[in-house]
Amino acid sequence: MNTEKLNFIFSSKAKLAAFIFMAVGLISIIVMFLTDHVEGDDNYHLNRAWSNLFAGCFFFMALSLAAAFFLGLQYAAEAGWSTTIKRVIEAVTMYLPWGLSFMLLLFILGQMHVHHIYHWMADGISTPGNEHYDKIIADKIGYFGIFWWIRTILYMVGWYWFTMKLRKNSLDADKLDIDINNSYHWKNIKLGAWFMVLFAVTSSTASWDWLMSIDTHWFSTLFGWYIFSGMWISALVAITILLVWLKKIGYMEFVTESTVHDMGKWMFAISFLWTYLYFSQFMLIWYADIPEEVVYFQTRWESYKALMWTVFFVNFAFPMVMLMSRDCKRNFFFLMFVGTIIFIGHYLDLIMIVMPGTVGNHWTGLSWMEFGTFFFFLGVFIYVVLNALSKAPLLVKNHPFLQESIHHST
Amino acid sequence: MTTNKHIIHGIFGDEVPMMEAIKKLRASGIRIKDVFSPMPVHGLDSLIGIPRTRIAICAFIYGLTGLGLATLMMWYMMISDWPNDVGGKPNWQYYFNIPAFIPITFESTVFCAAHGMALTYFLRCWLVPGAKAKNPDLRTTDDKFLVYLDLNDVQAKTAKIILKENGAEEVNQVKSYVVEPKYTLEETH
Repeated sequence: MNTEKLNFIFSSKAKLAAFIFMAVGLISIIVMFLTDHVEGDDNYHLNRAWSNLFAGCFFFMALSLAAAFFLGLQYAAEAGWSTTIKRVIEAVTMYLPWGLSFMLLLFILGQMHVHHIYHWMADGISTPGNEHYDKIIADKIGYFGIFWWIRTILYMVGWYWFTMKLRKNSLDADKLDIDINNSYHWKNIKLGAWFMVLFAVTSSTASWDWLMSIDTHWFSTLFGWYIFSGMWISALVAITILLVWLKKIGYMEFVTESTVHDMGKWMFAISFLWTYLYFSQFMLIWYADIPEEVVYFQTRWESYKALMWTVFFVNFAFPMVMLMSRDCKRNFFFLMFVGTIIFIGHYLDLIMIVMPGTVGNHWTGLSWMEFGTFFFFLGVFIYVVLNALSKAPLLVKNHPFLQESIHHST
Repeated sequence: MTTNKHIIHGIFGDEVPMMEAIKKLRASGIRIKDVFSPMPVHGLDSLIGIPRTRIAICAFIYGLTGLGLATLMMWYMMISDWPNDVGGKPNWQYYFNIPAFIPITFESTVFCAAHGMALTYFLRCWLVPGAKAKNPDLRTTDDKFLVYLDLNDVQAKTAKIILKENGAEEVNQVKSYVVEPKYTLEETH
C-alpha cells in the first residue's frame, strides 16, 4: 500500500476554494442584511436574512450531528464494511463544535431580541394584556423559556461530548502499536450504543425545540423523524461526495468499490426514508383536516408551492430514478452528480421548514440570498472538515474489522 | 473420438482457502460447475463466473404490475363504481385525492415485487414442494464447502493438484464416464 497517500494534505487549492465560498457567502450575507426589507410591514425585522443564517447554521450542524450518529451506528452494529471510511465520517463530525457554536450564538441573539425567528421569545408573550400576548403560546410557555434553554444546553453538551470522545478514542487507538484487547474499540462500541440512546430522544426533541417552535402554534409528532431523516441523508451525501472526491484525487486507495457502492445504497435507502416521513406527515394532516394542523401546509401551499414541489421531486423521484441501478451506484460521476443535487434539495427542504414561520407571505421565491448564505456555511464546513481530515491518517490502525473492510466485496 | 469425464468433489472446511483454490482453478482455465456451501459467501458468484442475476429486472416489472393493479382496483372501487365522500373528501376524480391512495399503491407495489421475486426464485431453482435436494454431499448442509467439478483427463489432473495444494480436506473423484462425440467426421475414402 502506498504509505505517502495515507495522510491527507490540505492543499492550498482546496483552501482557496473554501475561502472563495466563504468570501462570496460573506459578501452576500452582508448585502442581504442591508437590502432585506418589506415595504409597509413594521413587524418584519430582517426576518428573511436571519432565517437564512439560521438555516445555514442548522443544516451543517445537523449534518455533522447525523454523521456522528452514523459513526455511532457503525460501532453499535459492529459493522465491518465501513472501517476504511471511518476517518472520513469522523472528519465530517468534526464540524459539530462549530455548528453548535453558531447555533448557540443565534439563540443568544434571539433571546436578546436581535432577531425574531422564535415567536415565543418575544417579551410579554404570556402576560395577558400585553401587546404581544398570545393565548395559545401562553398555554404552553412552560415548555419554552428557561426549560427550553436547559434542554438546548443539554443537547449541545451531550452531543459534543460523545462526538469528541468517539474521535479521541479513535485517535488514541492509533497511537498504540498493537491493541490486543481491542480496548478502544470496545470503549467506542459502548459510547456508540449510548449515543444511539441519547440521539434517539434528543434528535426528536431538538427538532421540536429548534425548528418546530418557529411555528409555535403548530405541532406534529412525526416532525422529529422527518428532520432526522433529512439530516441523515445530508450526512450520507456529504460523506459520499468527500469519499469520491478523495478517491478521485488519489487518496483512499484501500476503499473498495463495494464500500462506495454501499454508500450509494445508503443514499438511495435514506432518500426513501425521508420521502416516507415527509409524505406521511403531509398525508395525515391533509386527511385529518384539523384547522390547527392544516395551517402549516396552507402557508406552504399558498406561498411556497414551487419550492414544495421542487423539494419533493428533487429529493424523492430524482434519487429513485438515478440511483436505482447497481452500475449507477458504482459510478463516481453519478454519485457526485446525484449527491450534489439532493444535497441542495435537502437544504431547500430546510428553507421550506424555516421560512414560512418567519417570512410568511412575504416570500418572493428563491434568490441569491439563500444560495449566498449556503455558500458561506459550505465554505466554513469544507475548511473545517478538510482540516480535520488532514490531522489524522486516512486509515485507522487498530481496528478489529480493518482487514474485513479492506477486503469488503458485495 | 470419445472423451473421458471425471466428476471431482473438492471438500473444504473453510471458505477462505476454498476461494483461493477457486481463483487458481479459474486462472488455469478450469470451469467450476458448482459450489455447495452451508452459508452465503460474499463474492463467490462472481468468482466462479456466474453471470449477474436478472432478478432486479423482474422485481421492477412485478412492482409496476402491483402499482398498476392497485391503481386500477382503487379507481374502480372508489371512483368508477361507488364514489364516496370520506371525511369531506369526495371521490370524483382520482388525481384529486391521490394522497389517500398512495399508501395502498405503495403496499401493493412492495407486495407484488416481494412475492413475485420469491416465487420466481423458487421456480427458477425448482424449489417446489417435493423437490429433491441436489446436494452431492450432505455435509455441505452442516460445515463443509464443496467445489463440484466436471472435467476431462488433463484438467482433472491439474485440478486435483490445485485443490490439494490449497488446503482441500478431501479430493474425491466420485465418478468417471465417457462422452461419445455428437458428430463424427465420415471417412471419405
